[in-house]
Amino acid sequence: MQRFSAFSIIRRGLTGNESWRPQWRRASPKASYDAIIVGGGGHGLGAAYYLAKEHGLTNIAVIEKGWIGGGNTGRNTTIIRSNYLFDESAALYDHSVKLWEDLSQVLNYNVMFSPRGVMMLAHNVHDIQVLKRHVHANRCNGVDNEWLSAEQAKEFCPPLNISPDIRYPVLGAALQRRGGTARHDAVAWGYARAADALGVDIIENCEVTGFQKDAHGAIEAVQTTRGLIRTKKVGVSAAGNTSVVLGLAGVSLPLESFPLQALVSEPIKPAFPCVVMSNTIHAYISQSDKGELVIGAGTDAYTSYTQRGGLHINTHTLDAICELFPMFRRMQMLRNWGGIVDVTPDRSPIIAKTPVPGLYVNCGWGTGGFKATPGSANVFAWTIARDEPHPINAPFTIERFRDGFLIDEAAAAAVAH
Amino acid sequence: MLLIQCPYCGPRPELEFAYGGQAHIARPLKPADLNDDEWAAFLYMRVNTKGVHAERWRHARGCNRFFNALRDTTTDHFLAVYKTGEARPALNTAGGHS
Ligand SMILES: Cc1cc2nc3c(=O)[nH]c(=O)nc-3n(C[C@H](O)[C@H](O)[C@H](O)COP(=O)(O)OP(=O)(O)OC[C@H]3O[C@@H](n4cnc5c(N)ncnc54)[C@H](O)[C@@H]3O)c2cc1C
Ligand SMILES: [Zn+2]
Repeated sequence: MQRFSAFSIIRRGLTGNESWRPQWRRASPKASYDAIIVGGGGHGLGAAYYLAKEHGLTNIAVIEKGWIGGGNTGRNTTIIRSNYLFDESAALYDHSVKLWEDLSQVLNYNVMFSPRGVMMLAHNVHDIQVLKRHVHANRCNGVDNEWLSAEQAKEFCPPLNISPDIRYPVLGAALQRRGGTARHDAVAWGYARAADALGVDIIENCEVTGFQKDAHGAIEAVQTTRGLIRTKKVGVSAAGNTSVVLGLAGVSLPLESFPLQALVSEPIKPAFPCVVMSNTIHAYISQSDKGELVIGAGTDAYTSYTQRGGLHINTHTLDAICELFPMFRRMQMLRNWGGIVDVTPDRSPIIAKTPVPGLYVNCGWGTGGFKATPGSANVFAWTIARDEPHPINAPFTIERFRDGFLIDEAAAAAVAH
Repeated sequence: MLLIQCPYCGPRPELEFAYGGQAHIARPLKPADLNDDEWAAFLYMRVNTKGVHAERWRHARGCNRFFNALRDTTTDHFLAVYKTGEARPALNTAGGHS
């Protein structure tokens, strides 16, 4: 692996930049592997990296039907935070935030993690009660979160309109200062490069189309569009397509796949210092380092696999953005797109073994799994390597829906982020 | 925005409708006889089909009635609408995209 440093950039710059090599190999499938990860998003690539790095499994492959990072990893609005309500969630999401903090150094790849603060707005009495409950619950779990008055919120984010006569006035906010954003593509590429350097094969344009089981019903091979590949362990991180992939192995899941949309504006000078979210009026916004405003909308009403949704969802969100930040009213939007998010009934993920021996699943991240990429990948790798969950993901089973141990984060994850 | 055919009122914009999720999930007639797996299946497990999906819609800001539809979730095209209580219609697979 060619390491990146200021020195190497200057040196190669002075010699015409001709000595750079591709950052990972273009691998073709081998006949067999010790483990296979299905899905080359941040979660899958990260799991491969941690399998190789922390569990010594290097004869492994990531199989991606399109190109890596082309799923929700490359389509999300990159908000990172860990202020979820329940103990189980706090442990999982905060594990992730801690890994984000030095991920650039660990991967030797700038993932541009920017803990600029995530502020969630309250617009009515119910919001205030819910957000304050989160502040207290988070602090009991050692997760930073603080309550701000409307005036303090405006101080933290000057473009915010706190006038009392707007349709949904801002009554206060919860602020997690350790939250922020990161560069989505860089997360996929950084993990891919680091995993490749440890020997992991990253195989693009290869779709998993079936599973082959042995006499005891355990996984013995995966069928792909590039042939049969033998393996006894398969970890699936296929986001919106998880029901389809697990369906090939005869496993049904409590998931529904919905379109979720986002859009960006023309680039402007730095004008917006933090991340602002409002669950009540379905809007969230930040400014990328390129200068674009990155704006996320809510999910469409119906299940779909089209990776697009209705325009009225975006206009609804822009109504809210214009009301909250009047200075953006005359900005032009450049692009909008959709991703397909897999939503569970309790809005918490599943990171677990399945009823099929050798088959593991990491899914149900719905509208909010980018923030969890490093933490989820890390405990998923543990689960695959040891055939048992890490204590952090032990509660996030499929069986919780049968046993009644739901982890109901509907309030923390009510809208998309 | 989808254009949805209400079987009672005709084509109307999606904004007039509420989505009701997977169709044909009948509430168990003898709830006490169900074991935990059967309850979980009834409450939470969903087919989440990539392809032709039978689903409920309600014309919430119109006649307010529920009905069922077949929609292809890879294109969002509606292939058929039918009334609650009617069986899922067979599709002529040779075409019929509306
Ligand atoms: C518009 C939008 C905004 C969002 N905003 C946020 C946010 O601000 N903060 C946040 O935390 N989260 C956000 N999310 C959610 C977040 O993007 C996802 O939870 C997360 O990126 C999921 O990562 P992943 O690696 O599991 O999935 P993906 O990146 O989708 O990767 C799954 C991969 O599996 C591949 N695949 C599927 N089927 C097969 C098959 N049969 N064979 C081989 N490969 C297959 C797909 O091609 C895909 O590349 C947002 C999502 C969207 C769509
Ligand atoms: Zn009607």
